[in-house]
Amino acid sequence: MPKDSGVIGASDKRREDVRFLTGRGQYTDDIQIAGQVYACFARSDVAHGEIVSIDTAAAKAMPGVLEVFTGDDFAEVGGNPAGWLINSRDGEPMKEPKRPVLAHGKVRHVGDAYAAVIAETPEQAKDAVEALNAEIKEQPAVVDMKAALEGGALVHDEIETNQCFDWGWIEDNRAATDEAIKNAHHVTTLELVNNRLVPNAMEPRASTGIYDPGTDEYKLYTTSQNPHLTRLLICAFVMGIPENKLTVIAPDVGGGFGSKIYHYGEEALVLAAAKKLGRPVRWTASRSEAFLTDAHGRDHVTKIELAVDKDGMFQAFRTETYANVGAYLSNFSTATPTFLHGTLMAGNYTVPNVYVNVKAVFTNTAPVDAYRGAGRPEATYSLERVIDKCARELGVDPIALRRKNFIKPDQYPYAGAAGLEYDTGNYDALMDKMEELADFGGFEDRRKASEAKGLLRGRGVNSYIEACGIAPSNLVGILGSRVGLYDAATVRVNATGTLSVMVGAHSHGQGHETVFPQVVADMLGIDAQSIDIVHGDTSKIPFGMGSYGSRSLAVCGSAVVRATEKIIAKARKIAAHMLEAAEGDVTFEDGNFTVAGTDKSVSFGEVAFKAYVPHNFPLEDIEPGLEETAFYDPANFTYPSGAYACEVEVDPETGQVTIDSFTAVDDFGNVMNPMVVSGQVHGGLGQGIGQAMLENTVYDDNGQLNAASYMDYTMPRADDLPFYTVDHSCVTPCTHNPLGVKGCGEAGAIGSPPTIVNAVIDALQSGGKDVTHIDMPLTPARVWAAMNG
Amino acid sequence: MPQVKMTVNGQDVSGEVEGRTLLVDFLRGDLRLTGTHVGCDTSQCGACVVHVNGQAVKSCTMFAVEADGADVGTIEGQANGDGSLNVIQQAFQDHHGLQCGFCTPGMVMSTAALLKDNPKPTEAEVRAYLEGNICRCTGYHNIVKAIMAASGQDVSAIAAE
Amino acid sequence: MYAFEIERPSTIADAVAALKTEDAQALSGGQTLIPTLKQRLAMPASLVSLGGIGEMQGICIADDGSVCVGGATTHATVAAETASSYPGLSGLASHIGDPAVRNRGTIGGSLANNDPSACYPAAALGSGAEIITNARSIAADDFFEGLFATALDEGEIITEVRFPVPEKANYQKFVQPASRFALVGVFVAKYADGVRVAVTGASEDGVFRWSAAEDALSANFSADALAELSVDADGMIGDLHGTPEYRAHLVKVMSGRAVTAAT
Repeated sequence: MPKDSGVIGASDKRREDVRFLTGRGQYTDDIQIAGQVYACFARSDVAHGEIVSIDTAAAKAMPGVLEVFTGDDFAEVGGNPAGWLINSRDGEPMKEPKRPVLAHGKVRHVGDAYAAVIAETPEQAKDAVEALNAEIKEQPAVVDMKAALEGGALVHDEIETNQCFDWGWIEDNRAATDEAIKNAHHVTTLELVNNRLVPNAMEPRASTGIYDPGTDEYKLYTTSQNPHLTRLLICAFVMGIPENKLTVIAPDVGGGFGSKIYHYGEEALVLAAAKKLGRPVRWTASRSEAFLTDAHGRDHVTKIELAVDKDGMFQAFRTETYANVGAYLSNFSTATPTFLHGTLMAGNYTVPNVYVNVKAVFTNTAPVDAYRGAGRPEATYSLERVIDKCARELGVDPIALRRKNFIKPDQYPYAGAAGLEYDTGNYDALMDKMEELADFGGFEDRRKASEAKGLLRGRGVNSYIEACGIAPSNLVGILGSRVGLYDAATVRVNATGTLSVMVGAHSHGQGHETVFPQVVADMLGIDAQSIDIVHGDTSKIPFGMGSYGSRSLAVCGSAVVRATEKIIAKARKIAAHMLEAAEGDVTFEDGNFTVAGTDKSVSFGEVAFKAYVPHNFPLEDIEPGLEETAFYDPANFTYPSGAYACEVEVDPETGQVTIDSFTAVDDFGNVMNPMVVSGQVHGGLGQGIGQAMLENTVYDDNGQLNAASYMDYTMPRADDLPFYTVDHSCVTPCTHNPLGVKGCGEAGAIGSPPTIVNAVIDALQSGGKDVTHIDMPLTPARVWAAMNG
Repeated sequence: MPQVKMTVNGQDVSGEVEGRTLLVDFLRGDLRLTGTHVGCDTSQCGACVVHVNGQAVKSCTMFAVEADGADVGTIEGQANGDGSLNVIQQAFQDHHGLQCGFCTPGMVMSTAALLKDNPKPTEAEVRAYLEGNICRCTGYHNIVKAIMAASGQDVSAIAAE
Repeated sequence: MYAFEIERPSTIADAVAALKTEDAQALSGGQTLIPTLKQRLAMPASLVSLGGIGEMQGICIADDGSVCVGGATTHATVAAETASSYPGLSGLASHIGDPAVRNRGTIGGSLANNDPSACYPAAALGSGAEIITNARSIAADDFFEGLFATALDEGEIITEVRFPVPEKANYQKFVQPASRFALVGVFVAKYADGVRVAVTGASEDGVFRWSAAEDALSANFSADALAELSVDADGMIGDLHGTPEYRAHLVKVMSGRAVTAAT
């Protein structure tokens, strides 16, 4: 049963809310620094062009202008690398063209920065950017992926192709999969587009660079989900700054959803400019810049085939996907369509054959990288749409077809056909709970009521699995990752018994400042209010790989547990000394160390004090102080799963879709703070429904972004969305991390898009419309067009 | 440069601004009231909503000069006199109506304006009123719930966890 | 934004005088103009704010029963204060933009801008309103001259808009989902001498009257009267939110709904 507060399982209210609700949050752009000056970037307004010349003289002479940088200034420094090496089916490594700080030689997408002006005020910097005299010779742009592979213009001349890689997973399964499809009783084929999205964290990216010539130290305030990775990339790859001379601080960050995982050129520019000018240099993106330059998400064009036998048992999934990586490789861009997508293509099913082919393609568009879910929404969408289509073709119930093929609880650990070993799950239990909460029994009555209003009602379902808790370093190393994906925590017990816990995870909305103390407080039997979390500052925390991939609690939370265990172990030694007892006789419960079978006891606070006032201390056995660090590297991914349902009404006159109800039942393993977990699901649902119904990132044939502001890119608003029913009471704890947690941040965005599309197809077919698929987003115009042939 | 004087959160303030200085830039830059945020440049996201003479306005779409002589309220002035959260702020915390916090000041200011005109809004009225406030984190569920709770309505029937 | 001065006159005469200076532009709410300035798509030397002109504020009822709206009256004020005198107009004003935008945006600013997807042009044209300026009175039928183009001369200010009140009226707006402007908006007004139907959001030429529907509805004010009509997709806007065919279809659907909802 949930406890009141301050412990695991309690819905503690968030302590960080107080500063956010009173206007006292400190986001990067809120931090003012004496002497600061402003950077403004000159950005390409063509998608592809040769930089013939940039005359900076006029700009340099403008009022307030301090310096102008161009690509020439960074020609000798390193590029911003991809973090994951993918090999093609023929064994060739992927193509990795350099991604420079500022474009050099060519601009490759609208918004590509080719120069930057530093001036005393933001408007002076903008004025000077307009005064730059750049001759950029426009070249034909490639936007469509298939055209890019068929001899269109080259995005990067030096690699002589627009194909980054042609990856097969698992190549050894290819022949068997082909054979299974050839011999199948029935094959369902679906061609679909997983629409490109712009992440749109509400806080635009911002960076402030500071340099101290007295110490040769740099400091970067930046909107990052993982400041240590940013530091590593800047130091080791791009600028060559010694790592001990750069502090990266990600203060309050206004949402990320993937887009703030990556290092961007603007961060390097403000640091270089700060050093050159001896003044703090700041830059804050406008929303218009964010649309053009933040890493986008999704953008797959896929053909998927499902083979079934005469009993409806899945025999094979075969997928061919074109994945857009945009003009440059962003840091996770090569992992997202491959190991975060292909490995999930067995879903929750006992299917024996899976083969995935992914061709990653350069185009003259903004870079594409991980966005909430990152590969797993693409996998789930393909699977759960083709399964639904298959059920309709076979005339069977879509839930029954799924249940028949589910991995069953007694089959774990289960080695799936796409290469992952699932540790635990219970998909039928999730489906049972979902059917109950979504009131399946009342559906036909509701459908009749809708029909009476002239509306078509449909119901869609989905069952998903994802791999998160990213990630076991041993495994990802074999798969091509160039980094480890452990995390770290330091638990510092102060002399007065309060705690500071330094964590490598970064909270930008997830509530770590509240939830991590619940875990530590529960373990130590002390008041959670006496524990503070420190995050986001590389000078204060041991190390960390940041927050994304639903990893914070599963990976960094496990490091917190391990460090706290070390604290308890040392405190027990100190307590044994204080109690003049053998360590083995000392028990720890509810914050007190007690000699077993006696009333001799010292509190955790008394032990902490003794650790820092070590009078009469056995210094030969125990060091003073009470502070411990742990690094935790997971043994496997974690595997959250869920069953979702939604009911929609479609207005056949206009094509308008209204979501009447949405039910999300998830197995996240153990839940630390149910309130926060529900909030994460709500947010994921909002974004998933946005993808399914509203959001679309449209480039025209010339590479101009047509949906480049909130005037044309539809952000989900309150009146687009319903109240959701969410449940996480079906729990199969993760078997390999100490808290038994799986991760909840991405689930909603993964599970909801196919649920919505399945529901709309159901509604249209109930109205006699022969519509088997509509590509997202299901705007009224698209639905109407589909209904009217 | 024009001189402007106004009252912000009950305090008389003044400053020199350019014609093009937006009210939000005056608040954030000159007055260092950085709780009011800028999330877009097309007057849609609502992170910058403040009150001018009692009405909700987008401070990114109003010049500081036009607020000369006005009574301006920002998120920094919303808490109770003793510093505790006001009813709306408390409801947002109680019902987890915020995550990253960036849109939150605008949400709170819009809510205050809504409840002044419509003390007991329905769910549909709340959702319609938030047309000009975009949140990317919460899926709006807990924002709508918090606003209804702040208006004194029983929200226990609305799914929580 | 480029640099500019802002004038804040308190009378129409002073505003007109201020607008005579080189590259001066009127600022009436600014909910469209300011985002445009941020993109550096306009470079006025000075902006003349009309918000401080008392004689352009507020709503009254003329002797002939017309509803008269001051040119600098905000959408929120129109929504609140015409609810009983002209509910069709009130309903339209209450769905322009969002609440904060409605507290700043003005009827004069909207009509002078004549965005092809704005709501107010449909109300003005659909009501056969008179647009009063500092210099003259212009019938709505003569006022709108295509995308962002009006009969206004340079420096001319909309001081008032007079709406004859119909027996029944209604505005149906099918929103463009991102901007929340009208993808298609139809204003239907039934007067003693006939029905007017004005359509915004749909045409490449901006707001227009659907005369075939007006004839049919004048004979029979019922959605059924539109059944046999169709709208030509030729000349309709096509963009990522809808094809010309879709917009043409919506014109008919929204017209019918406006007729049914008219009060």
